[in-house]
Amino acid sequence: MGPPPHIHGRGLRGLAVATTAVVAAALALVFFYAPLDSDQGFVQKIFYIHVPLAITALCGFVLGGLLAIAHLRGGHSRWDLRSYVAIHMSLIFAVGALITGSIWAKASWGHWWVWSDPTLTSFLIVVLLYATYQPLRFSIEDPERQARYASVFAVVAGAFVPMNFIVVRLAQGVVHPRVLTLTGGHLPGSMRLTFTVSLIGIALLYATLCKLELSAKRSRIQLRRLRRQLLGEDAVGYARRSAAPS
Amino acid sequence: MDPRPAIDLRGLTRRFGERTALADVTVSLPEGATLAVLGRNGAGKSTLLRILATLLRPHGGEAVVLDEPLPRRAWALRARIGYLGHEPLLYRDLTGRENLEYHARLHRVPAARIDQLLDAVRMGARAEDPVRALSRGMAQRLAVCRAVLHEPRLLLLDEPLANLDPGAAALVEPLIGRASGLTRVLTSHDPHAALREADLVLGLQGGRPAFTAEPARLDPARVEELYR
Amino acid sequence: MRTVAAILRKDLVLELRTLETVPAMVLFSLTTFVIFHFALNRATVAGQLAAGILTGTLLFAAMLAVNRLFVAEREQGGFDAFLLAPVDRSALLVAKALALFVFLAVLEVIALPAFALLLLGPSLGRPLGGLVILLALADVALAVVGTLVSAIAVHTRARDLIGPIIALPLLIPALIATARGAGPLLAAHGATLPAGRWLLILALYDLVFALLAYAVFDFLLED
Repeated sequence: MGPPPHIHGRGLRGLAVATTAVVAAALALVFFYAPLDSDQGFVQKIFYIHVPLAITALCGFVLGGLLAIAHLRGGHSRWDLRSYVAIHMSLIFAVGALITGSIWAKASWGHWWVWSDPTLTSFLIVVLLYATYQPLRFSIEDPERQARYASVFAVVAGAFVPMNFIVVRLAQGVVHPRVLTLTGGHLPGSMRLTFTVSLIGIALLYATLCKLELSAKRSRIQLRRLRRQLLGEDAVGYARRSAAPS
Repeated sequence: MDPRPAIDLRGLTRRFGERTALADVTVSLPEGATLAVLGRNGAGKSTLLRILATLLRPHGGEAVVLDEPLPRRAWALRARIGYLGHEPLLYRDLTGRENLEYHARLHRVPAARIDQLLDAVRMGARAEDPVRALSRGMAQRLAVCRAVLHEPRLLLLDEPLANLDPGAAALVEPLIGRASGLTRVLTSHDPHAALREADLVLGLQGGRPAFTAEPARLDPARVEELYR
Repeated sequence: MRTVAAILRKDLVLELRTLETVPAMVLFSLTTFVIFHFALNRATVAGQLAAGILTGTLLFAAMLAVNRLFVAEREQGGFDAFLLAPVDRSALLVAKALALFVFLAVLEVIALPAFALLLLGPSLGRPLGGLVILLALADVALAVVGTLVSAIAVHTRARDLIGPIIALPLLIPALIATARGAGPLLAAHGATLPAGRWLLILALYDLVFALLAYAVFDFLLED
């Protein structure tokens, strides 16, 4: 009948607990420990969620590209599933980074959007690109081709991300200084600690959510496979939405 | 006669997503022989041909064609196989001759061969017309020329006589028929015609082999069952 | 190399015979210039504004070509025909990118004078050389990315829609460099050569995407 059913989501509970602990610690630090910024006041604290979201999303996109390379080289669909989840989650985090960035811009400068911050602008471009990932997947019907083409996209887009940041910075950084940062990267110790903890918390959150989604998808695939084995090919309906079912 | 088979398939499998298009196909075909693949629409005949043509990769099992294992050595095999599918694979806005010239360049075939083939199928006069102006029978004749342009050793023919009247069919016979002496795998909607031509018959049902036999030893009832 | 020439020749002959793509690109560009005249309510434009209009129009016209690039292959079995040949598969990428480059070059030969006539205030004579160099590099970017995205999009259901929405974000860095490079060229009493920085960015962009496309193209063709 095949290998014994695999219990998905092992380690998920531990990861979730760790995430909750670190996020709680980060929140505590943000609100009670980190000093108030002299220029921007309380609103500056958005920095502690905006920048970690941005960094995590960017790393996630690049990770999605690397996983896609593994898929293209090996052909195993599990890499494609991981790539899909990494990119999907990164897109959500990237939109979060845009929204928090916009709130920060409004609070600091009075505008909901500023072109003069290269990071924010680069993020908008990256979000626009990765927003096409799912439409692309769902408009290719053959599942193998869908996975392969999605991986090609992920590789190209992953390579594009750093290049995009550099070019946008060159285009705008010359005229306008970066506005949504603090003191050119020299963070006092307390802020640095808070930031680091926040970054770890957000990264753990990303990992937990990815693992959760992966477990759910894998369980579903396994279920469908078992049903197909027990009830025959035709008993299982065509899966409308999904990434790489097998 | 070379004892190694021209085609040696063991447990060949191909999926399309969750659906299995071919499963566990095992057959061995000696050189110079003709294999007829029978089955209903959707049974996997075209998929099998496309795998042999290196257009699709097998997902499981082993395939050795003309001593080249697939898919690893697919690139080495391409020069030696001729494929005739459902589509003529011709650009409709180019003339017949231009299409053949394009294929000749891709396959490094001298131009003289084009004229030779056009004469053989009696398309010389219409070779300067764009393919969109030709009837389906004429396009099919051109497609036959395209398939044998590079003098392949193995022919893969998916319903080769579709759209051809008896006269045209007689013209292409020396190129792709039994008279060519080449190793052939063909499918046909007419099982009786296919049986007449074949040295070996493979029946497919739902992607799985229903039987593999020589035509003489084949019970007609089993063929009927395939199409029921 | 010979394979590339064979495919390129076939594509150029097909385009000459059907006249599907280039005339549409030209008409689209000319109409867009007219639209900008009315939309901006200006008789002439100069400097960065002119550069923006020109570059943006060329970009969108390129999308028209991107949508058509592999359609004949897809609909008339051209992919199969190519895949059956004992040739290096990257040749298809190179040939199609060259074809797209040629289409863009022909477009610009007509669209640049038209732009100078309809919308551009300052004379195009002095900066023409610099502009041509800039546009040549930009055309390489459009050709490479356009071919890659076209090959991805041609197998999707929403073919004409998917191509542009993927290609346009990818092309933004190239657009930035082209438009910013052209801005000073199209200004009254402006420069004659684009700033080296923008040429460098375009050249690096071209190189990176050419290498990327070459690396991944095989995966788009296999099955």
